[in-house]
Amino acid sequence: MSDTVTKAPERLAEPIRAEDLPHPMEKWLRMDRIPHIWCPTCGLGTVVTALVEGIKEAQIEPDRLAVVSGIGCTGRVAGYMKFDSFHTTHGRALPFATGLRLSNPKMKVVVVSGDGDIFGIGGNHFIHAARRNMDLTVICVNNFIYAMTGGQVAPTTPGPANTSTTPFGAFEPPFNLPYLAESCGAVYVARWTSLDVRRMSHSIAKALLKPGFSLVEIIAPCSTLYARRNRLGSGLDLLKFYQQNAIIQNGAKTADVGIDFQRPFIVGEFVDAERPTWEELMRKQMKSVLGEKFIPHEGGECSSCE
Amino acid sequence: MAKADPQGVLTGAHYIDGDEACAEGAMAAGCRFIAGYPITPSTEVAERMAGRFPTMGGTFIQMEDELASMAAIIGACWGGTKSMTVTSGPGFSLMMENVGLAVMMETPLVVVNVQRGGPSTGLPTMPGQADMMQAKWGSHGDYEIIAVAPNSPQEAFDLTIEAFNLSERFRSPVFVMLDECVGHMTEKVVIPPADRIEVVPRFMYEGPPEKYLPYQVDGGRDGVPISPMLHAGMGARFHTTGLTHDHRGYPVMTPECHEQLLSRLVGKIRDHKDEIVHVVETDVEGADVVVLSYGISTRVAYGAVADAKRKGLKVGHVEMKIVWPLPETRILEIAAKVKGLVMVEMNLGQVVREVQRLVSGRCKVLLAGHYGGTVHDPKKVLSKIEEAAR
Repeated sequence: MSDTVTKAPERLAEPIRAEDLPHPMEKWLRMDRIPHIWCPTCGLGTVVTALVEGIKEAQIEPDRLAVVSGIGCTGRVAGYMKFDSFHTTHGRALPFATGLRLSNPKMKVVVVSGDGDIFGIGGNHFIHAARRNMDLTVICVNNFIYAMTGGQVAPTTPGPANTSTTPFGAFEPPFNLPYLAESCGAVYVARWTSLDVRRMSHSIAKALLKPGFSLVEIIAPCSTLYARRNRLGSGLDLLKFYQQNAIIQNGAKTADVGIDFQRPFIVGEFVDAERPTWEELMRKQMKSVLGEKFIPHEGGECSSCE
Repeated sequence: MAKADPQGVLTGAHYIDGDEACAEGAMAAGCRFIAGYPITPSTEVAERMAGRFPTMGGTFIQMEDELASMAAIIGACWGGTKSMTVTSGPGFSLMMENVGLAVMMETPLVVVNVQRGGPSTGLPTMPGQADMMQAKWGSHGDYEIIAVAPNSPQEAFDLTIEAFNLSERFRSPVFVMLDECVGHMTEKVVIPPADRIEVVPRFMYEGPPEKYLPYQVDGGRDGVPISPMLHAGMGARFHTTGLTHDHRGYPVMTPECHEQLLSRLVGKIRDHKDEIVHVVETDVEGADVVVLSYGISTRVAYGAVADAKRKGLKVGHVEMKIVWPLPETRILEIAAKVKGLVMVEMNLGQVVREVQRLVSGRCKVLLAGHYGGTVHDPKKVLSKIEEAAR
């Protein structure tokens, strides 16, 4: 899928040196910020690759896409993506993205953040952005734990997983993210593991092209904290677990896709529905009442900019 | 300076309250995005703009809370629209988190706080001026902030425009510190024609977008060390973050980078504090006592100053239209010549402590404070003036 063609060196006798080859993603990544801060075998690198592939598949101009992240391991995604990118405050990526989108409706706005960021501290913003059907794509990387702060229990942690704040096992019921998203009004909802690179990319492309509020949940390994605390082996062991236990069931009822601790779980494309977006509803309402007097916000330049 | 966009200017004489006048000032200044959450006594600002925006290309959205409102206007600003939010006490507390983000990202925007009695839910329908130190220091970390404090609906209009202009000039959030009394006070407000309203344009980058570095300060603008902006979608594909960052907007976790960033963030306002002064002085020369006031307390001080003059006291009055940064140089000049200063404010001692710290015993600095819920009793202000004159 990469459109970067690597030309063979003219004199084949010379060995090919890695530093002479263009990185296949250098058009889309901030190469001056690589290497990234993520742990070996973290799922985030794959998610970033899939996001780039999804953007390419959806044929979105890089200048027309903004990436907004909150705080946490996944919150660092914005900083590596070569787009207009905003690393905001904990949980507030969605309202920031809402303002950005309404101010500049030409932009596709993608929120990439973690489960704790979007569904813990930012939970209220998620349910309202979904209710409004705001034209945003949310990629939530779910590693079942607050990783950057050292492995505390999250609103997604399945019991009885061990975390640093549940040393005797988690007991609170976790959120079922696709079910929550659908019930709040999201028009596109999918879940894949970080192993499902192609399916994840396709879903991200579909989500980007779908007008309205979409969620792609990515189940991703955190070998440093979640796996180690729960004696689940390495990141590779977790990927093997996904391979053997992620059951693809497109169109599954979201009520049935809750995740238990180290049990088989359902992935797939769950919701693909039609519903007018906030912007469509707003314009329709204003036109019906104000008629010709309504002047829509065109975005872009502010009226008094130099 | 540029002129206001006529579409947002409701030229003429109006009989409106301070909240509505504030909204008119924002629209005249070019604000075209407001995110808000209902809270007494500030809601009328958002209501006015929700009603007027659809016919001038503006967007209003009622967010789920004040955390979201504040985050949304930062996003909207980076999207290219002049933006603001409006709230009161409890909502102001919630906004503090992202006020810090706006400071760190150097986002020009305006936050209106129509102050009411606190702490907590306090007196929702009654005035207070007890959020002044929160305006100065409410978000965590070191920063400087700009805050204006109108004393009438006309000033609510004028100073809201000034707030937007200062936000662009210093690439900083600016607070409009109204109070319930001014917010709900209805008076005549004269809105001039658009071509008589000066608007500071955004400082925009003019080079090739691919070369843009969002925090590269090359001389700044008008002596202020700020970098020019580009908005999302202009081809720069820039990065910005709430983390300590370098000229590229990239996170750099070193004490050296932190020092470099903070010295500029704080310095761009602190080093220009003498240019951010807006005071109105009456009879200060030759006075024995000078009354300092801001916002609604200025209106109370008028009465007390008049009473003191009738009693034969030599009293001057400095009305501070901009409270933060404090007009330090001018206060020190005055302190050197008078017996005492009297700070009139509707709290139990906030701005007065900054004045006391500044004056450091050069003259008496007395507080004419008040619990809030009503305006001051001018007699109590008068007794403080008499005490300062002794």
